This record gives sequence, structure tokens and C-alpha cells, in this order.
Amino acid sequence: MTGKFMLSRRDLLKTSAAGAAFGLASAAFPIRAARAAAATVGFIYVGPKDDYGYNQAHAEGAASLKGVEGISIVEEENVPETVDVQKTMESMINLDGASLIFPTSFGYFDPHMLAMCAKFPDVQFRHCGGMWNKDKHPMNAGSYFGYIGMGQYLNGVVAGHTTKSKKLGFVAAKPIPQVLLNVNSFLLGARSVDPAITCQVIFTGEWSLAVKEAEATNALIDQGADVVTCHVDSPKVVVETAAGRGAFICGYHANQSPLAPEKYLTGAEWNWAKVYKMFVDDLIAGKPLPNFTRGGLADGFVKMSPLGPAVGEAARKQFDATLAEMMKGGFSVIKGPLKSNKGAVVATEGQAFVETAIELESMDYLVEGVVGSTA
Amino acid sequence: METTDIGLWGVPLAMLGGAIRVSTPFIFVSLGEAITERSGRINLGLEGTLVFGAMSAYAVAVMTGSPWLGLLAAAVAGLCFGLFHGWICKFPKVNDIAIGIALMLFGTGLAFFFGKPFIQPSAPDLPAIPFGAWSDIPQVQAALNVNVLFLIGAALAVFLWWAFRNTRVGLIVRVVGDSADAARAMGLNPNTVRLLATGVGGALAGIGGAYLSLYYPGSWTERISSGQGLMAVALVIFARWNPLGCFAAALLFGGAGALGPALQSVGVTQGYYLFYAAPYILTLIIMIATSSPSRTLAGAPGELSITK
Repeated sequence: MTGKFMLSRRDLLKTSAAGAAFGLASAAFPIRAARAAAATVGFIYVGPKDDYGYNQAHAEGAASLKGVEGISIVEEENVPETVDVQKTMESMINLDGASLIFPTSFGYFDPHMLAMCAKFPDVQFRHCGGMWNKDKHPMNAGSYFGYIGMGQYLNGVVAGHTTKSKKLGFVAAKPIPQVLLNVNSFLLGARSVDPAITCQVIFTGEWSLAVKEAEATNALIDQGADVVTCHVDSPKVVVETAAGRGAFICGYHANQSPLAPEKYLTGAEWNWAKVYKMFVDDLIAGKPLPNFTRGGLADGFVKMSPLGPAVGEAARKQFDATLAEMMKGGFSVIKGPLKSNKGAVVATEGQAFVETAIELESMDYLVEGVVGSTA
Repeated sequence: METTDIGLWGVPLAMLGGAIRVSTPFIFVSLGEAITERSGRINLGLEGTLVFGAMSAYAVAVMTGSPWLGLLAAAVAGLCFGLFHGWICKFPKVNDIAIGIALMLFGTGLAFFFGKPFIQPSAPDLPAIPFGAWSDIPQVQAALNVNVLFLIGAALAVFLWWAFRNTRVGLIVRVVGDSADAARAMGLNPNTVRLLATGVGGALAGIGGAYLSLYYPGSWTERISSGQGLMAVALVIFARWNPLGCFAAALLFGGAGALGPALQSVGVTQGYYLFYAAPYILTLIIMIATSSPSRTLAGAPGELSITK
């Protein structure tokens, strides 16, 4: 007869914590409790949310939702890609009542987010990356991602006009397809200005290694690179080191121009605000959320930083013209005839890969003109 | 910006520049740890002290506009961490290694907590002396732009090496480190000596942290250290508790760390993961080459919990 009152320790904790939270919330914020939010959206970041990089881009997107009627936001930063992220998701669901969760880091997906999808079938999960597959994964999961390669192409256009040494530098983390596409796009953008330009790439091997990134930037500049860009989680160190050495910078992830206003040319930024707004609008309207969303410059998933004071007239013109062409859609960065820097043909005459082309997602080469190797 | 093509000369130049730029935190942390370990204690918490030093230096420099006040703040914070470690370890049956690990986690956690508002703002840098002004080549000028802390670290290494041998204080630290019984017989209190030695060691580690955030790479982020404090503690053993050895080992690590990026920049791009492992492989080789089954580590203080 005591069976009815037998609670597991976990359930007891859950209930009492929820009760306490409710009691606290209603006591402390009587007005807010009266106009209870229609939905709570959770954001999880792998690093600090003000890192001038990947996480900041997501946090800015989250911050843009704060004015939306009926939506409240919960965030947690520095969550490792381990079972920790499962605990974070559980607490967002159980204690904050989140009904939509955005785990923004690549490694959160499998197995962590998938485990939570199974445990909380009523909660929607959307992961930043391209891993959701309708045959393999549950319908309350999904993926969203942006094509930022064309942003790096535009960076390259401005860099190509600005460089005097005809050498560009790229500090890259790991040789995965997305990074390689950015390196290639940066060089091809520059070569659209002057086909003699080369780009040196240095891989640091990790997403965030401040000292190695600074060393790589110095080494690139020692070898004559006078415009530098990067693909690491937090470009702050690269930007500050390059500016300190007198080189120009093209940004990545977020707008880094406050760090080096004179030397910052432009940058390829994520525009997650647009993507998150889209999801939240569907949520409020009660529509099913899309499971697989992708987009580039033309779709507003990606934007460019405002051009800096060092950008010349010719660069400005070509930048605007190229951007306008991209906005029309169907622009291809990788188009034939094109060879890899090992001499293999990657695109024949007349062959062109638009940004959505599936071939680009398995990119394992650096194009001719990039100095560097993928292994 | 003017550029000169220096080609393959970039590699030795980058290693020289890298040795000077990257080694400074290693120098300070390992010298600090050398003092602590010479007195018979191990403070593994210096990684936490390094990160907290980096944060407090940056925060104070942002708030006051003076990097020197930041440096002072880092040293004081490091001193407090060191004294805390020394104070806890004086109680009987306390394991200094366990306390060190606890303080390492505590220091980094506390630094993340207080450092949050300081990730975005920019702090003034510590000054550097342009020793490369004689050269017309910008790369040489950049490599020889030497921060004052590096010079202080070099001088400190020589001074400590001399002081351990030739001063009364040096002798006291060594006696306490080699035999607490002998020290007590001389009327010394080992706990007090170790408390002070750990405090000084912590202060030096804090200064190492200030170098990270205020000069190179020169910004405060939560991943600024990436284990350099731990590496520096290992360097002390590698250097056989000799301050001059610490200095040399730190230079070696700095230079070896610059090797990977420099080789990639001149076009040696195959197998860069291997080059990044170079410092660690080098350490292994030297450790194996100098080890012996028939004697304990030369120069190891007798009271150290790892050699006892």
C-alpha cells in the first residue's frame, strides 16, 4: 500500500526542485509569472559566448530573440561535448521548461542530443551542423547550417585588391571539408582579382589554441603574407596578432572590427538571428519546425561585416558587384577548369558546383595556388 | 607594410622568435615551481595560478589602464594561491599533490567566473624592447622584439641559480627540501620555509599568467593557457631542479613549439601533427637518455613526495 508513495530519488529531487523553482519564481516575479512565456528556448554553447567567434555568433542570434513576445531564453556556455551536455539539456527541459533546444556545437549531436530526443519526445531539438538524416534520426531532432564559403570568397576579393605582396595567409584549425572550402574560396576570391596571388595555409590542429594561433599568424607574416584570415573558434588572437604586425585582416564567424578598426577589411559572419527567428516564428504559430534547414548569403544565413576604411575604391566596386551576383543565387565558387595544388583535376571545363552541391561536403583538396597540405 | 622574402631563413628565425615569445610563461612557472620543489613540496596547482594570474592581470589592466598594475595584481593573486597551498599542506597527513590538483581546478574555475566580463575589452600590453632595430628586415625586427618579462625571467634564473648555492636563504630552502629532520635540528621550521617557498612560487606563476594575457598572445580567453602550467611543472623535473636548466628547457619548448607553424609557412606541410608533437618527443628522449636504474634522479630534493 505504500507503493503509491514510493518515489525514486531522482523523481523526488525533480519534483521538489520543480516545486521550489515554481515557488521561487512566483514569489519573486509575480508579474512575469502572470504573463507566463508561451515557450522557452534553450541555447547551449561549447565555449564562452563572447569569444568574438563561433559562440558569439550564436549568442548574438539568441540575444536577438529577447524582444519576441511570448518567448523566453535560457543559455548555458562552456558546456563540454560530453555527458555534461545531456545534463544541461535535462535541466533546461525539467527546470526551465524549454520546449525547443539549440545545442550549437558539432559534437553535441551524437550520442548526446539523440539520447535526449528519445527521452523527451515532446521537446524539439535543432542542432547546428548537417547531421540529421530522416531515415536514421527521430523527427523531434533536426539540423540547421549555413554555407559561409561565399563569404570567404568575398573576403578573398577584398584581400586580393588590398595585398601588395600577392601572398595571403590563412590560419586554419583542422583539414575538414568546411575548413578546406573556406581556404579554397578565400584564394579563388583573391584570384578573381589577380591570378598570381597565392595563399599560405597553416593548420593548428585544434579549434582553440591561443599560443599556436599567434605563432601561426607570425609565421605567415614572416613569410610575407599581408592579409590574413582564419577559421578557428575564436579569431580574436589571430586578429590582434596580425594587426600588431601591421597586416590586414578578414574576419570570420562574427564581426571582429572593434579589435582592429584600421586593419579590418571585411568579414564573413553568421547571421543566426535570422535562422532562430524563423524557428521561433514557426513555434509561436504552432507549425511543425523544419527538420533540415540550410542557407547561404542569398538566404540571409550569412552576412558580411561592413567594409573597413582600408578598402579601396576598386575593391569596393568588385565586392558590391560580386555580392549582387551572389544574391541572385546560383553562384559557384568552385568551377572548372580547376586543379588541386597536387595537380589533380577537381573540376573540368564547364563544370560548376553551386554551394549546395553535395560534392563540396566531401572536399579533401586544396586548390592550385594554396600553399599547404591537408595531412 | 614592407616585406622581405626570407624564404627558409624563416624557420630558424621563427624558432628563435618563438623561443623568446612562447617561453616566458614556462620560465616563470618553472622557476616558481623549482623554488617550491627545492623546499620539499610539489605544487601542481600552478596551472590554476597561471590562468587566474592571466585573468587578474587582464582585468586590472583593463580597469586601471596600466599593465604594470595588472602584473602586480597577478603576482599578488599568485602569492595568495601559493600561500593557501602552503598553509593547507602544513597540516599533518595532507597530500600536497592532491591539494595541488584541487587548487588547479579551483584556480581555473574562479578565473572563468571572474573573467567573464573581461573577454571582450582590450587591455594595454606590457612593453617590449626592440632589440632588432639594427636590422632592416621586418621579420628580424619582429623576432627580436623582446618583452621585458623575458629579460627579467632570464636574470631571475641566473640569480636563483647563484642564490641556491651562495646565500643563506638558498641554503635554508635546500636543507628543508633535503631533510626536514636536519632542518629542525638546525632550529628551522620546515613548514614556514615551505609556506614562503610555495608563496613565492605562486607569485612567479601569476606573473607568467600576466605575460600570457598582457603580451603574448595578449588577450584573456578561457583557453589561454592550454596546459602550459602543467607542462612547466614537468619541465622542472626535466631540468633537474636547476634554475638555469629551467630556463634552457623553457627556451627549448618555446622554440620547438614554433617549429610546426614555421615549417608549414615555408611549405613543409606534410605531417604537421608530428611536428606539433616535437617538444614532447624530445622530452621523452631526454628523459630516457638520462635515466638510470641504479640511482635516483640527480638533483632531486630528498623530501619531495615523488622521490621519497
